[in-house]
Amino acid sequence: MAVFTTRTLTLQRLSKLFEKRFISVSKTLSKDMTVRDAINGAIDEEIERDDRVFLIGEEVAQYDGAYKVSRGLWKKHGDRRVVDTPITEMGFAGLAIGAAMAGLRPICEFMTFNFSMQAIDQVINSAGKTLYMSAGMVNVPIVFRGPNGCSSGVAAQHSQCYGAWYSHCPGLKVVAPYSCEDCRGLLKSAIRDPDPVVCLENEIIYNSTFSVSDTALSKNFLIPFGKAKIEIPGKHCTLTSYGRAMEATLLGAHELKKQGIECEVINLRSLRPLDIETIHKSVSKTHHLVSVEQGWPQCGIGAEILACIMESEVFYQLDQPAQRLTGVDVPIPYAIELEKISIPQPKDVVEMVKKLLKK
Amino acid sequence: MALKNSARLLRNCNTKLNFQVKAALSSEPLFPGAKTTWTETLEFTQTSKPIPVYRVMDRRGNIIRESEDPNLPDGTILKMYKDMTLLSIMDKILYESQRQGRISFYMTNYGEEAAHIGSAAALTNDDVVYGQYREAGVLMWRGFTLECYGNNDDKGKGRQMPVHYGNKELNFVTISSPLTTQLPQAVGAAYALKGKNRIVICYFGDGAASEGDAHAAFNFAATLECPVILFCRNNGYAISTPVEEQYRGDGIAARGPAFGIHTLRVDGNDTFAVYNATKMAKELALKENKPVLIEAMTYRVGDHSTSDDSSAYRSPEEVQSWATNDYPTNKLRYYMEKKGLWDENKEKELLDQARKNVLKAFNAGEKKLKPQWTEMFEDVYKFMPKHIRSQMEEMKAHVEKYKEQYPTNKFTS
Ligand SMILES: Cc1ncc(C[n+]2csc(CCOP(=O)(O)OP(=O)(O)O)c2C)c(N)n1
Repeated sequence: MAVFTTRTLTLQRLSKLFEKRFISVSKTLSKDMTVRDAINGAIDEEIERDDRVFLIGEEVAQYDGAYKVSRGLWKKHGDRRVVDTPITEMGFAGLAIGAAMAGLRPICEFMTFNFSMQAIDQVINSAGKTLYMSAGMVNVPIVFRGPNGCSSGVAAQHSQCYGAWYSHCPGLKVVAPYSCEDCRGLLKSAIRDPDPVVCLENEIIYNSTFSVSDTALSKNFLIPFGKAKIEIPGKHCTLTSYGRAMEATLLGAHELKKQGIECEVINLRSLRPLDIETIHKSVSKTHHLVSVEQGWPQCGIGAEILACIMESEVFYQLDQPAQRLTGVDVPIPYAIELEKISIPQPKDVVEMVKKLLKK
Repeated sequence: MALKNSARLLRNCNTKLNFQVKAALSSEPLFPGAKTTWTETLEFTQTSKPIPVYRVMDRRGNIIRESEDPNLPDGTILKMYKDMTLLSIMDKILYESQRQGRISFYMTNYGEEAAHIGSAAALTNDDVVYGQYREAGVLMWRGFTLECYGNNDDKGKGRQMPVHYGNKELNFVTISSPLTTQLPQAVGAAYALKGKNRIVICYFGDGAASEGDAHAAFNFAATLECPVILFCRNNGYAISTPVEEQYRGDGIAARGPAFGIHTLRVDGNDTFAVYNATKMAKELALKENKPVLIEAMTYRVGDHSTSDDSSAYRSPEEVQSWATNDYPTNKLRYYMEKKGLWDENKEKELLDQARKNVLKAFNAGEKKLKPQWTEMFEDVYKFMPKHIRSQMEEMKAHVEKYKEQYPTNKFTS
């Protein structure tokens, strides 16, 4: 039995309102586009909309970005709005944070989040804590974005998921878009947010195509943070996931559906704040939970979700212990076959759910 | 401990005394921050004259000043030339094999052969190398057989991306992908090797020199007096970023004196110049326990990597001019021809043989057995922890039970 306090109920109603305002999807018109173009478009529109917004990072201007995400933006907006930097993540992250403190709205691109480790003190200790340390006098409206997690064949030092790392830290907000709609809505919200936001994208997903609704194509399409999206409703088992792990989760869910098992797939969208409400509600309905992520198990996003369930009355709703499906607990191997089995595959999702449901 | 402290106290007293005496007698500035003179002229310090580029040969392989000819034995010169040639043949074959999908990634060394071979030849295999990734020639000189397959002969057990070589016997520390992390590490290694008659050489690019780690490394190398050669390959570009956007100032060399480091700028396309520079740097590093900064000026003739198309940011004419006018291997060949060490026939023979050897090694590499599959559980920790061991045992039992389902014959047993 789920016990909801009045506060959560109010919050739920509020989020319903938000849903209407922000993510009501009109079925009339839609357009296919790649995630790369969705991000590009969102940045383009925000640069256009707000004179304070600019993109900064290695290779982002003349070269169109290492993964061509910023294609055409430098040509269109010029040196002032799209800025190439020398190779120093610590340096340009600090520079961008300074610009944010001085009133600009930087979008700071890491060639991959793996290189954000060079800058992690700036991200956590400065961007994440300056508002607090300055007693509210100095805020840092900045977006750190770039590809996160596994790509393909780039070995251990280029293949890590930073979901758990950054969402560990108060002061930061962390989002992990999956679809084009996610990218547009979350990135735009991030750019307009007064606080530092870490936006975790994925290189492989850049090439995926999604159909984008008319609503999501609106220049003011915003997705609120802390609100997950139910991608597929279902009654037998709840699957939570984010970013590129959504692919395996959705494919697994489709396969399970063919076998008569209906999973409710939750796309977390935002890792901090985390939408525990939606998970609670879902688990209260399905009584089973599997969390899927590409990151490592220890202290991961799945660990957090399971702990939150454990600490709440929703725990009693579970018919079986909740499970985590994560990246294997080793540095990601280079060998292609090993790399593949080191991160959750659709068949792993199928197997785990069936095992859990004793099917 | 107590002794050390009292020694320091005594020293402090001495300096205090000295200071008082000096302060009374001297009219020079006494600030601890700099040893310098006064001036009454208010002006900004102008950038000084650019540091010149040391060379031995001109572009046609003529020795300009006889005394600078290192007079290497013919055998050494021939090995230099052969390795430089082999390097670019291997580059060509591996680059193309990436295009065919046989390997996932590659980085060529075109244009930087002299910087690799000239510096490697001036050191011994006891000297430790920290590389960035574009230093395959150094390994080649040391006798490494290059690997792009994670097969059973690969000492890296297939854990790394291509070109992230490493070899303990050859004292070549495994390449790490995040830029510039090798610099402070190299200085640390040199610190540990002080007084052991060995030095460390650390290669890095003009782009990598912008990372904070580079500045930290320069400062440590100087203050801790480490026998390390900081060897910058200034090839004009960091992926698409030209040096004009990477730094202002007189290149990387100009930073050396600012950190109190002996510095030398050298023609990176002149094998003998690089050789002389590195040799002298090693002598100084050993004799005085001092770091040396060498900036080898060169040009990255190839794309940054197989993921790059450099025509997006530089003209084919620019590349072509470096590939023909001042190519390091050609320069050495001119020299050798003049000395009667080389001719067209020898060249042809070398090219044929080298091509055959690389292709043979490459094809054999593709067919070789993969490492023992259990190796995938190893090296997360020095000693395999219980939870990994139990997974490995589980897997072993599973593979044993379903032998026919697994291609175990492709793996070393
Ligand atoms: C910390 C970090 N940031 C960014 C990168 C991506 N990256 C790889 S190589 C490279 C350019 C390096 O250029 P340079 O040091 O001049 O060496 P070159 O490739 O010219 O030999 C960049 C930006 C990286 N590997 N590590």
